[in-house]
Amino acid sequence: MLEIKDLHAQVNGSEILNGVTLRVNAGEVHAIMGPNGSGKSTLAQVLAGRETYDVTKGEVLFDGKNLLEMDPEERAREGLFMAFQYPVEIPGVSNTYFLKSALNAIRKHRGQDELDAIEFLQLVKERMKLVEMDESLLNRPVNEGFSGGEKKRNEIFHMAVLEPRLAILDETDSGLDIDALRIVADGVNKLKRKDNAIIVVTHYQRLLNYIIPDYVHVLVDGRIVKSGSKELALELEEKGYDWVKEKAEVEEAR
Amino acid sequence: MSTATNTIEQLANREYKWGFITDIDADSAPKGLNEEIIRFISLKKNEPDWLLEWRLRAYRHWLTMKEPRWANVKYHTIDYQDIIYYSAPKRKARPKSLAEVDPELLKTYEKLGISLQEQERLAGVAVDAVFDSVSVATTFKEKLAELGIIFCSFSEAVQDHPDLVRKYLGSVVPYTDNFFASLNSAVFTDGSFCYIPKGVRCPMELSTYFRINAANTGQFERTLIVAEEGSYVSYLEGCTAPMRDENQLHAAVVELIAVGENAHIKYSTVQNWYPGDAEGRGGIYNFVTKRGKCIGRNSRISWTQVETGSAITWKYPSVILQGENSVGEFYSVAVTNNHQQADTGTKMIHLGKNTRSTIVSKGISAGFGQNSYRGLVDIKKGAANARNFSQCDSLLLGDKCGAHTFPYIEVRNNTARVEHEASTSKIGEDQIFYCKQRGLSTEDAVNMIVNGFCKEVFRELPMEFAVEAQKLLGISLEGSVG
Repeated sequence: MLEIKDLHAQVNGSEILNGVTLRVNAGEVHAIMGPNGSGKSTLAQVLAGRETYDVTKGEVLFDGKNLLEMDPEERAREGLFMAFQYPVEIPGVSNTYFLKSALNAIRKHRGQDELDAIEFLQLVKERMKLVEMDESLLNRPVNEGFSGGEKKRNEIFHMAVLEPRLAILDETDSGLDIDALRIVADGVNKLKRKDNAIIVVTHYQRLLNYIIPDYVHVLVDGRIVKSGSKELALELEEKGYDWVKEKAEVEEAR
Repeated sequence: MSTATNTIEQLANREYKWGFITDIDADSAPKGLNEEIIRFISLKKNEPDWLLEWRLRAYRHWLTMKEPRWANVKYHTIDYQDIIYYSAPKRKARPKSLAEVDPELLKTYEKLGISLQEQERLAGVAVDAVFDSVSVATTFKEKLAELGIIFCSFSEAVQDHPDLVRKYLGSVVPYTDNFFASLNSAVFTDGSFCYIPKGVRCPMELSTYFRINAANTGQFERTLIVAEEGSYVSYLEGCTAPMRDENQLHAAVVELIAVGENAHIKYSTVQNWYPGDAEGRGGIYNFVTKRGKCIGRNSRISWTQVETGSAITWKYPSVILQGENSVGEFYSVAVTNNHQQADTGTKMIHLGKNTRSTIVSKGISAGFGQNSYRGLVDIKKGAANARNFSQCDSLLLGDKCGAHTFPYIEVRNNTARVEHEASTSKIGEDQIFYCKQRGLSTEDAVNMIVNGFCKEVFRELPMEFAVEAQKLLGISLEGSVG
């Protein structure tokens, strides 16, 4: 579904991604872990199409199409979703209105009929349950005055409504207490299907107790230095990132 | 360059959709202004002597005045002798129905999307269409007449209801009020008149479309709305003007009078006059005096305006709160794009006890637009327990535009309470990216963010007007964010 080949990216001239290669198939959950400043969030943002970053080398294919040539909205309409680390507030625009416009833009792109208000409301009510969202958050302006936990939950709610083929969760666990973490993770698990894929970007292992990854990748200095199964996450938790860093340096020296 | 800035630059490049000129012979006065011209206008309109006298007094007073320059706008000096003060489309007699109206005119309205026929049949909106200086068609008049409501052109009111006009004309905006109001008083040609008798709730929105047509014709309309005890009226004013290269002066006066107890006047404006081209050539100079007076106890006047047009807007719809417990409201959205300039706001003059006022102003600047809020909250000595709440928010699209706020507060009664909130924000790349990541185009994203910003004002507009205003906002900003 997603193929990243030797991806290099910089911001203001300094290199952040330094040759990332990764393949994600439908039905898989991948975790990308790494110390602060390793380029995890940059990778998520580059995939979503943030223009602050310049891709200097490499290729990304999404369902065989050149992802890097698409505008952010085209990527979204093709089925790529990113849950933001810091969800953005849009004053005066209700959450429902925002989501309905987004969903209909995506449906239009796919050649599907746009949903009317009633159909949309039915869908929303059904999906809300997945993330135990309070109904009052629907009519409030997008993320305005939401608590940190509510914002993150709202991101997963957006994901539930938009049903992306590939979802990238950028540090969705940060700022969540343990109960909120469980609710968000449960929501994500319920959305997991054979025909979609999820990339979880996280600093800590604790989210991966709830969302079980098929693969774990460790990103250091803009490169994946180690990949493995879910046990790798536990090992990291125990030994810290320095352990992989050192190993990577040793390997490089050879 | 960043996405947001790019987007903003592009959004400014849409051509004025309503720029066409209707080809009709005008019955015009020669250029220039003197007492002869004023007599000519008055004669053309078959006016009583007192009105001619009033005009002449206004003119003589105007001669002693200086054009105000305190507003935060820049423009070339206006040559008042280079303006035609009277221009009327030629016609045989006052049309009795739409069938008698010049088909050219009707076509013009259709291009504007008004279609009188349609409105007459469908919308339940009575339209008093002002084409240049003379009213050409008034609909629904009979229906309103049954309720005792008078809704007609100002000229007709002078002929048919001279006592009412004489009683109220200039009672809120005297002919000495300010430079542009004095000019208007001397040379006004037409406008609308509306009278709601005691206890009558006007069952439909009253609406006027103004249109400036003949080249170099300053349009000076005069609107007078009087609401008696316990009455209610909602009045809509919408405006478009064809494209021209020279700047056209527009100096209107609107007077609202809530005479009796519990009288309520709601006045809504959507103004999208030609703003000039992308380089700042042409466009309307809009110097307007709008003021209401709440005389009755518990009376109420609300101004709601959406200003997207004109090269220069100079406009301060105000309320004099004289009656006890009376309420004044001002809700405003002003958009300046390209080289547009707006200096707009309100004055709330509190005279009576327990009077209340609310001011919500939303300024949006894009391109090289300059947007100023100028407001006065004036609590006089007798206004015990008066209250005011003001909120002034500015939104910037791009980094070449400007937002300015000039709030003046004068309080002479220590039981009064005045609150003022202000904010300035820049439309964020973060917001646009967030919307795009959810599948929305940049243009839809900007529209959504801007409309969200204006929501508190839009919800004060009558339904169909709110929809129009939202569309207009999108059009005004189209191309200003890429």
